[in-house]
Amino acid sequence: MHIPRMIAARLILVTVLSASLVFVLSLSVTDLRSRAIIEAEAAESARNLAQASVNRVEAVLRSVAKVAEGLARTLESGETGDDELSSLLRRTVEANPEIFGAAVAFEPESPEAPGRRYAPYYHRKGGKIAFVRLDETMNYPLQDWYQIPRELLRSGWSEPYFDDGGGNALMATLSVPFFAGAGETRRFRGVVTADIALDWLTATVGSIKVLQTGYAFLLSRNGTIVTHPVADRIMNETIFSVAEARGDRAMRALGRRMQRGESGFAPYTTYAGIESRLYYAPVPSAGWTLAIVFPEAELFSSVRHLTLTIAGIGAGGLLLLAGIVAQTARSITKPLSALAEATKEISEGKFDAALPASTAQDEVGALSRAFSAMTVALREHIARLVDATAARERIEGELRIARDIQMSILPKMPPFLERKEFGLFAVIAPAKEVGGDFYDFFEMGENRLCLIIADVSGKGVPAALFMAVTKTLIKATAKAGRGAAEILTEVNREIAPGNEQSMFVTVFFGVLDLNTGELVYTNAGHNPPLLIRRGAVPAYLPASRQLVVGAMSGTCYRNERVVLAPGDRLLLYTDGVTEAVNPGGSFYSEARLASEAGRFAGQGIQDAAVDTLASVQAFADGAGQSDDITIMLVEYRGAGEPSWPDRSLGVAS
Amino acid sequence: MTRWFALGLWLALAPSPAMAGEGLRKAALVLLWTPQAQFAGYYVALEKGIYRKHGIDLAIVPGGPGRPAADYLGDGRADFAVLWLSTALLRRGAGVPLVNIAQIAQRSSMVLVARKSAGIRMAADLGGQKVGLWGGDLAIPARAFFDRHGLTVEAVPQSATVNLFLRGGVKAASAMWYNEYHLLLNAGLDPDELTVFRLEEGSLNIPEDGLYALEKDIGRDPDLADAFVRASLEGWNDAFADPQEALDIVLRAMREAKIPANRVHQAWMLARMEEAIRPAGRMTGVLSKEDYQAVAGELQRTGLLREAPSYGSFVRPPRAHP
Repeated sequence: MHIPRMIAARLILVTVLSASLVFVLSLSVTDLRSRAIIEAEAAESARNLAQASVNRVEAVLRSVAKVAEGLARTLESGETGDDELSSLLRRTVEANPEIFGAAVAFEPESPEAPGRRYAPYYHRKGGKIAFVRLDETMNYPLQDWYQIPRELLRSGWSEPYFDDGGGNALMATLSVPFFAGAGETRRFRGVVTADIALDWLTATVGSIKVLQTGYAFLLSRNGTIVTHPVADRIMNETIFSVAEARGDRAMRALGRRMQRGESGFAPYTTYAGIESRLYYAPVPSAGWTLAIVFPEAELFSSVRHLTLTIAGIGAGGLLLLAGIVAQTARSITKPLSALAEATKEISEGKFDAALPASTAQDEVGALSRAFSAMTVALREHIARLVDATAARERIEGELRIARDIQMSILPKMPPFLERKEFGLFAVIAPAKEVGGDFYDFFEMGENRLCLIIADVSGKGVPAALFMAVTKTLIKATAKAGRGAAEILTEVNREIAPGNEQSMFVTVFFGVLDLNTGELVYTNAGHNPPLLIRRGAVPAYLPASRQLVVGAMSGTCYRNERVVLAPGDRLLLYTDGVTEAVNPGGSFYSEARLASEAGRFAGQGIQDAAVDTLASVQAFADGAGQSDDITIMLVEYRGAGEPSWPDRSLGVAS
Repeated sequence: MTRWFALGLWLALAPSPAMAGEGLRKAALVLLWTPQAQFAGYYVALEKGIYRKHGIDLAIVPGGPGRPAADYLGDGRADFAVLWLSTALLRRGAGVPLVNIAQIAQRSSMVLVARKSAGIRMAADLGGQKVGLWGGDLAIPARAFFDRHGLTVEAVPQSATVNLFLRGGVKAASAMWYNEYHLLLNAGLDPDELTVFRLEEGSLNIPEDGLYALEKDIGRDPDLADAFVRASLEGWNDAFADPQEALDIVLRAMREAKIPANRVHQAWMLARMEEAIRPAGRMTGVLSKEDYQAVAGELQRTGLLREAPSYGSFVRPPRAHP
């Protein structure tokens, strides 16, 4: 149940996230671009607004300057009497409403030059024109409006100041120096001043409308705030002291740019803490700066609205997308989940569990149908497997019984105990499959010992049955007085005609005369036994040139003979010995058997037989044994000869 | 908050008709200059009723251009004056029997400022240049400085503003470390653009603000002088203990006097005053004999003062101090 939910969640997450990313990116770009456009437009309109305002102020400043300069030039043109000067000043103030007051201040007498301490001043006071002699109310030569043009010998606007003892108002004064003489003899005679009241400037700058809450303010050359919506700042703060109070280095840098007469756009935080843009432009004739503040929120309000609208639509779209994806994911994962449940039941063996959505035409349907087909196939396969397993178990059981029966046919140990004429030991190492090796020995009449070793062709039950038949026939046919060849001929005559399977058996049949040691034998296609004469190198009996038994009807076998001396041994074996294969793929071989048998010649026959078998198995070194290994070792001891005390007789299987 | 506090203070301190005139002795203190944090201690003491507490109904008379505090003291328009030591010594030498009843500032705050861009980097560069000097006694430390460096300068009378210097009318200007120097910074000059000559450097420390009274007035009412000094020092301690309150009081006085009132600037001034008044973090209020002798010796050496009064006769013993 967890996996489907995770697929749905993953789908929603991935889809919504990537869609959001694209959306936020495009929204940000839109927002930034719109802001840039608005900002560019705002900059342009700010520039125009500022320039228009600057022009208004500048026009007044210039007209005031023109009046003052005209007055100064008049004074330079000739001597002017006090009364004439007085009326000139009065008229100047009367005629120019933008002029708050006007004065002529003369350079006092000094050791170097004549002069007089005299400064008549007319100014507006309560709607009338008032007169003051500044030389009586203040030490005017030490006033900035007098001293600065005197030292610099050029006209200029003063910093705004409170004129204590003169106009008794906040004002800025234009001072124009005037001179006597010309060239070398030119001498500073004093200054003509014309004031503008800050009230007028404040009204002018205050009337500049900037959006809803924007405002304009004027800075003096020193950075002093000359006009400002907050009256407390006027004359009390400079842009640098505000910067210091705020710890705002950028603002200080801005102030210095303003002082250099630059203009531009800068980020700005208003006195009310509102993030704004500030456009500043110089008022050239006074060296002042007009600054216009645009609150960002208002400047970018249209962009913000647009951005918010798009964001709202986008958020709704994302929600819808998430819903659709969730629905789709659920429609995909629901049959998958049901399929998973059904599969779990199948894995528990309930093959008849219903598989869902097998009619759907999509991948899930295909999967479901595949599962369905797999279930049917699995069911059939398991049924076959059960049958096959039962059959195999039965066959294996029967084979086991067949093998037990086959082994029980072989002579039981120990058949001959304490025979002084001979010793015999046989050993058989059966292969896993039922094989066809067998051996036998029995007495035939007086003093004659029959020795049989045989190997039926093929393996399995047919071989075992053929072996049993052959062994029984041989035993039944062997009668006293008959020779080996006669017996085998008889056995062949019995077997060969009905042998439809074309099975055959190789047989070595020997009859040992215990009195003489004469061995009369017939080798019907079997491996030639190894004759180990006492004290001599082992040697094989001549290879058989006679047909195997059961191969052809009417085969006539003939005897061969060899005489054993007391102490001689005869090693009978099947091809499981010489054809044992080691992991390297080479055969044990007859040569190896001969040399190994020679090595064990000094041992008792049981030890020699067992060691020979061990030698073969050691050679095979774990390589699978595909054939029975049968070894029978016989030692002839002579008639009436004393027995070999160190040799015992036994059979092992 | 501040307004309510001030109102409460005013209610608490407003002279009741019963108290006015009885018990309180009227006195006037004339300041060296217009209201500013240089005089924060006296304004704080007045505003917080410390003078009243010490039995004085004090009036503070601001000084300023054309209102020399020493004249006000000399002709009896004021009972006490804030004067520079050099001014006071010269006035005493000129026959005004004034006595130092407390030395507030222990270190000189006077500097000469020049623009590096005008090529002035060391004292020798000032030779032959236009230098703005304050009128009268306030020029003494600067003149002593030029004298010691063997310089002749073209002195230009300096007004109450630094605008002449800012417009380039003089190459160097007189400035108080606590006042005009900071005004220059607030007019857009950066510290690294300025060469500053501290006049106290080179072992000529002319302590500035001290409290003075006429000998005869002290003789007539020694308790008043004692109470005045105690209240004034207490006012200073309060000002340093609560600079924001002191700034509020000073800024109010400045607005009443219609002069530019800038909190950042006054905060700078109050902090610099504390350095001058409590150079080692402790206020002595006493003119040290070493400073007195050094200054008297310098004034005699430069011929400004013919005969210096003895330390004992110029300085009222500090028994009056708390």
